[in-house]
Amino acid sequence: MIESVASAQVVAGFIQLVWVIPGLPLAAFLINGLFGRRWLGHLTGWIATGAVGLSALLAIGVFVDVLRGVERSTVVLYRWIGVGEFKIDVAAFIDPLSSVMLLVVTVVGTLIFVFANGYMAHDQGFPRFFTWFSLFVFAMLILVMADNYLLMFVGWEGVGLCSYLLIGYWFQNTAPQKAANKAFWMNRIGDWGYTIGMITIFLVFGSLQFTEVFEKVGIATQANLTLICLALFVGATGKSAQLPLYSWLPDAMEGPTPVSALIHAATMVTAGVYLVARSTPLFVAAGPALQVVAVIGALTAIFAATIALVQFDIKRVMAYSTVSQLGYMFLALGVGAPVAAIFHLATHAFFKALLFLGSGSVIHATGNEQDMRKMGGLRRKMPVTYWTMLIAGGALAALPPLAGFWSKDEIVGAAFVSGQTVLWAVGIITAVLTAFYVTRAMWLTFHGEPRDHHLYDHAHESPTVMTLPLILLAVGSATLGILIGFPPDQGFIHSFLRPAVEVEGVEHTAEIGTILALAAVSVAAGLLGIAVGFLMYARHRPDPAAVTRAAGPLYTLLVNKYFVDELYDNRILGLGRAFFGVLWAFDVHVIDGIANGIGRLASIGGGGARRLQTGVVGNYALTVVVGLFVVLVAYGGYAAGIFKR
Amino acid sequence: MTIGHVLTLLLVVPAVGLIPLALFRGDARAAKQVAIVTTFVELLLSLVMLAQFKVGEADFQLVEQADWLPSLGIRYFVGVDGISVLLVPMTTLLTFLSVLYSSGGAIKDRVTAFMASFLILEIGMVGVFISLDLFLFYVMFELMLVPMYLIIGIWGGTRRIYSTLKFVIFTLAGSLVMLVGIVAIWLASGPEGSRTLSLPDLLAIRNRFSAEFQFWVFLAFGLAFAIKLPMFPFHTWLPDAHVEAPTAGSIILAGVLLKAGGYGFLRFALPLFPTGTQLWLPLIIVLSVIAILYGAAVSTVQKDLKKLVAYSSVAHMGFVTLGIFVLNAQGGVGAVLQMLNHAFVTGALFLFVGIQYERTHRRVIADLGGLANHWPLYTTFFGVFVLASLGLPGLSGFVGEFLVLLGTFQFGGVPLGGLFWGPLAAIGVILAAIYLLWMFSRVMYGPARDHYKVLPDLSPIEVACAVPLLVLTVLLGVFPQPAIAIIEPSLDRVLRLATDPTFLVALR
Repeated sequence: MIESVASAQVVAGFIQLVWVIPGLPLAAFLINGLFGRRWLGHLTGWIATGAVGLSALLAIGVFVDVLRGVERSTVVLYRWIGVGEFKIDVAAFIDPLSSVMLLVVTVVGTLIFVFANGYMAHDQGFPRFFTWFSLFVFAMLILVMADNYLLMFVGWEGVGLCSYLLIGYWFQNTAPQKAANKAFWMNRIGDWGYTIGMITIFLVFGSLQFTEVFEKVGIATQANLTLICLALFVGATGKSAQLPLYSWLPDAMEGPTPVSALIHAATMVTAGVYLVARSTPLFVAAGPALQVVAVIGALTAIFAATIALVQFDIKRVMAYSTVSQLGYMFLALGVGAPVAAIFHLATHAFFKALLFLGSGSVIHATGNEQDMRKMGGLRRKMPVTYWTMLIAGGALAALPPLAGFWSKDEIVGAAFVSGQTVLWAVGIITAVLTAFYVTRAMWLTFHGEPRDHHLYDHAHESPTVMTLPLILLAVGSATLGILIGFPPDQGFIHSFLRPAVEVEGVEHTAEIGTILALAAVSVAAGLLGIAVGFLMYARHRPDPAAVTRAAGPLYTLLVNKYFVDELYDNRILGLGRAFFGVLWAFDVHVIDGIANGIGRLASIGGGGARRLQTGVVGNYALTVVVGLFVVLVAYGGYAAGIFKR
Repeated sequence: MTIGHVLTLLLVVPAVGLIPLALFRGDARAAKQVAIVTTFVELLLSLVMLAQFKVGEADFQLVEQADWLPSLGIRYFVGVDGISVLLVPMTTLLTFLSVLYSSGGAIKDRVTAFMASFLILEIGMVGVFISLDLFLFYVMFELMLVPMYLIIGIWGGTRRIYSTLKFVIFTLAGSLVMLVGIVAIWLASGPEGSRTLSLPDLLAIRNRFSAEFQFWVFLAFGLAFAIKLPMFPFHTWLPDAHVEAPTAGSIILAGVLLKAGGYGFLRFALPLFPTGTQLWLPLIIVLSVIAILYGAAVSTVQKDLKKLVAYSSVAHMGFVTLGIFVLNAQGGVGAVLQMLNHAFVTGALFLFVGIQYERTHRRVIADLGGLANHWPLYTTFFGVFVLASLGLPGLSGFVGEFLVLLGTFQFGGVPLGGLFWGPLAAIGVILAAIYLLWMFSRVMYGPARDHYKVLPDLSPIEVACAVPLLVLTVLLGVFPQPAIAIIEPSLDRVLRLATDPTFLVALR
């Protein structure tokens, strides 16, 4: 059953097939899961990759359909839950926003899958990896395709599960286990908010379907909307690693690097951004909630960027960078620029996936070394990895004309134009920090003299199966911004997405002069960060060690990540366990104690039990039946007496 | 295929199975075969019964009745509606799987007696779900008790006598109070000679029950069901009973016996005593939310695997009572779905804890670890059931819990309102993820251990036991609507009876 809103006479050919898009990875999951370990072996990798690749082709088809004028379509599969007024279908909602998300997930996904075939080649759990990786893509596609909040929640928790499984992929070791549990638990706290928001939506609007809810947005009171939006945003902070539920994401780097690239950079962690963008009509009407989103986003952006300054694990730098960049996206949403948020989501998917895969290529080449202090000079050994990562690093530092420049500039500019100058300043300072830490990471890894010669001598460029995805992602990281985001505010992405996510009357337009001035400040911020990084690490003026000493307690604070892990993982968990232990003691001694006390009073205790243990089944049965009968008659007579009165 | 008297046949088949068991006493192999065949025939029969059930009708179907003790107005009266019709195949499936698993070598002593206990137990359990006469229901309710007492007391662990006595005394205390209630209803049902205990008759005359009467008789019934379920604070028999029970006993105890409590509320307490329901409802809702949070909190710090699953049952059954007493369609349907889900999932969790224990002889979580290295198949199955238990969408646990929460948010008839208790209960879902995943990672993950290398992964019989449960867990999560379509009409009728004291249903 298809309902399409078509502005022209367009046959929505690919949209009819939209359920095949998640169906293919699901099939790959089932095939690999059932037959992978015994029979398929390394074939599982290409089965999974082929499935995601075909999904990507179909997603392109759907995108083209949407482009040709099929603005909104709903493809219903079946009735999932229907109790009373509560009716939920398994249905896909295809509009510009979801078609862009489908593209990002499947296209970036395919490249990462190809890479993973090389990266995981020597791992014993290869089939298991590709089973779960396929399941992840399936769940992520459900998340972005869903036409209602509950089905979206299925994908939402599904990607959380896959994230849990893949973070803990090397389950023999302690750290991945702990990181996996932490990720799931923190996400569950967020999901609590999602659940409350979702149920409140149903109570207020009588539906969970996006289009129906948004049409009725006027019937809700401001207080209801604020409650709904804040609750949903709690969910978004969990999934997208925002303050205060961010600390699982850096730990999630315990998973294999392709997982970090796909799940913890390009797709899953952007689900919160997608949720808020999707719910724009609610957030805009809710007013104060949007300001909360903007402030949390900006705070997270600068907070995580400061931690990234001092990390030595290459993947941790990228992880904190991801938290920070997600903060930018929420800042965009908060200042009323959802298009810029999705634009940055798309460009970030390319350049951050590339940075992770590049890091993976380095880790692969150096025999699982992640500490940048042991690297150095690797650009001579790994030219492809180096040059592609350089492009991605430039995009992250928002250098024109690379992709990140266009999207990030738009976010920071939107903050300024909407009058939030403090948040704009935070965005600019974060841009300086970003450019600094990416320069630092690139220099420590690829430039200078090799600091560990054993490691350097064994390093080698990765095979084509890994470098090819790097090159393709580099092309995207370089050109995507100018292709879809130029001219600023009037590019393809803007005209394409605006009908889907923007609400009338919140657009802020700026003079061309202002736009240019803002862009100049952004670029200057990036260049400043790069220059400082270059001076410190290439010229040692000032020397990083001296800066570290001078910073003293501030450095200690940063290197310990503001002691948040200490607070969460030890203090709060410890308190919880102590409290639950007290509850258990209460259960055993007080509640059960009372019950046993009553039992003892009734003198049905040890003596009777010992005599019962005669070993003959018949005796047990007889005893119980006789006893039952006696008590029964006694009680019956007693009761009859009471009520005869 | 249509089979007449199918409900009566469901009570007869296990009884018939007892005859060859008595004849071949002492022959363990024959006893196993007889029990497997009998419970399998019973399972098929229950599926035929389900197929004969007309979906969409609220009323009792496949009804059979006969005079039993005519002078007392007591009748043999059985029938099923949308609420009970799914609980019967659930019971027969779990019984069959328990017998099948036990035949695989888990039970070595007194096999004939063990199998006989299970067949008697099955009569009681099926009987509880199909009885429409209060006295018949009471007899069946007590009939479940005796074989379970034996199963724990004879084939249980080291502290089996203490545990089984505790189980019996708790349950008996509850059901005897219920008997008092039944007698009271009987006396109140009319003048001498025209008294009755059949449910449809009682529903037609329930407006004769005064508010005071309803208050006390609801308490009498409620206590029995609250202990069976078990509700906080009557739950302490459960961890002890589960820890000592043999695996099959735990499966049935958690899977079916606890459901008798939830079912009893829906079938008798709510429709017969609308005023009593209103009077007791705030307390029950508060106790349910406490059970959800408290059960989950205590689960987190358990050291023994079986105790952890047992306390998690307290939390999960809290969702059942919560859903029932918010008195709306979403909550009620959610509660019934949660009963089915809990039967399959917690039954499976006890099965897997048992399978593990049989190999390693360890049940203390700290003594275990690294099993995933050795048992990939076991890990997969166990993992799916753990995920279903923590309410992952797409598996069976989510639908019921979500509907219950949805119902709770909407419910205003409790102090502080549903917008207070709903989000509070939802915290239980966070806690479930904590205790289950923490347990799973400590038991399954970690480095390989040499002394586990020799232990085999799942045997074919064990796989055969796990697969149906897994399939049902997935089906109920992905396609719950067929089940909802069966449940909803009858549930709506129960809710109408419970909320509208003037709504009378004269059936026959």
